[in-house]
Amino acid sequence: MIEIKLLPVVGSFAENKDLARDLRIKKIIPALEKGQEVTLDFKGIDSATQSFIHALISDLIRNYGTEVLDKIYFKNCSETVRKIISLVVDYMQEID
Amino acid sequence: MKIYLPNSAFLGNIDAFLRNFDSSSPDQLEITANKKWISIHPVVLSLVAALGLTVKPANIHCEKLEAASKHYLERMGLFRLLNIKSEIEITEHEPAGRFIPLTRITDSKELTKFITDMIPLLHLKPEQASPIKYIISELVRNVLEHAHTRHGAIVSAQYYKKSNTIRIGIADTGVGIKKTINKSHSASTHLEAIKLALTPGITGATRRFGGTEQNAGAGLFFIKSIAKVNRDFFMIYSGNAMYKLLKSKPGKIKLYADPFKDRHSAGENFSFWKGTVVGIDINLDETQEFSTLLDLIRDIYIKTVKERRKEQYRRPRFI
Repeated sequence: MIEIKLLPVVGSFAENKDLARDLRIKKIIPALEKGQEVTLDFKGIDSATQSFIHALISDLIRNYGTEVLDKIYFKNCSETVRKIISLVVDYMQEID
Repeated sequence: MKIYLPNSAFLGNIDAFLRNFDSSSPDQLEITANKKWISIHPVVLSLVAALGLTVKPANIHCEKLEAASKHYLERMGLFRLLNIKSEIEITEHEPAGRFIPLTRITDSKELTKFITDMIPLLHLKPEQASPIKYIISELVRNVLEHAHTRHGAIVSAQYYKKSNTIRIGIADTGVGIKKTINKSHSASTHLEAIKLALTPGITGATRRFGGTEQNAGAGLFFIKSIAKVNRDFFMIYSGNAMYKLLKSKPGKIKLYADPFKDRHSAGENFSFWKGTVVGIDINLDETQEFSTLLDLIRDIYIKTVKERRKEQYRRPRFI
């Protein structure tokens, strides 16, 4: 299990899609490839854009299937962040 | 090019302004204004500034402004951004609580800094700040990713105490919506391209519904939805077309995937804008909880995805 703290990387308003992509490619995917579970810690993040969350997790669902959601934990999410993550997870499962 | 700053140009009455500016002779810009009063939405300022940045400062001619409100243009940084002299003298005041002057954003780092710095300038409560940050982030990122212009995004905003409203304007002189959308779709007109850009799940990055790993095709739909839920204006202008979401009437708000089902006005007889311009108003009295808005957006987004799947569903043909 690895834990990734997002606040030091993306700040309290998570909107930078480039940073989301970097986290996905450099941290999340290598951990999943090693068979590890991943915890994304949103502590201190007040809000996020749908674009940011999409860039962070949509490709994981597309490439690994919905089973990947059994290996990822979303920790310390504000109500807004929780709803945006749920939105992206919902539509990615409907699309693919 | 010739631009006349009228007595009044806000989102409700902006159509005449957008029809009347002269986009011929793109290497020159002449700015004239109403002699008595100039009262304009930040989107007009962003548009004029974006246009001015495409012209050498020496080729920009701004007539000597006489209107009593001429200081507003100086205060919002129009002449500073265009690198021309205005001959208007003002006393600088602390900008907090009133406006965000014209700002040019050309990369991701500048955007992150801008979003961090702007909220204290507007003196917003956290629940009011969320949709404003959201709108600016998504719109500017659209410019940085899709517009392909070295001039970047030109942003400005103003708080209007009387109406308790924040008005935001973002303009670019990039490739425009039609060219971006038509990388993967086939919009025959600028208005059709705007319609596709506002439809959830559609992006110029791919033909695949739901987008790519970096683009979901939801940003503009979210922003239009924020305006609709708050019963505010939203305007988007590109090429010769303009779409304007009109204020919703009292009663229950319903979101639509098709922007033409919303109460709106639209046309294709505007002066040609090479790029994209977006204006939005956010009335702080009417600001809905951002999380409530997300519930509404989720419902319509999922419904749209299901309908799209149904449309694409094929049965075997037995002959």
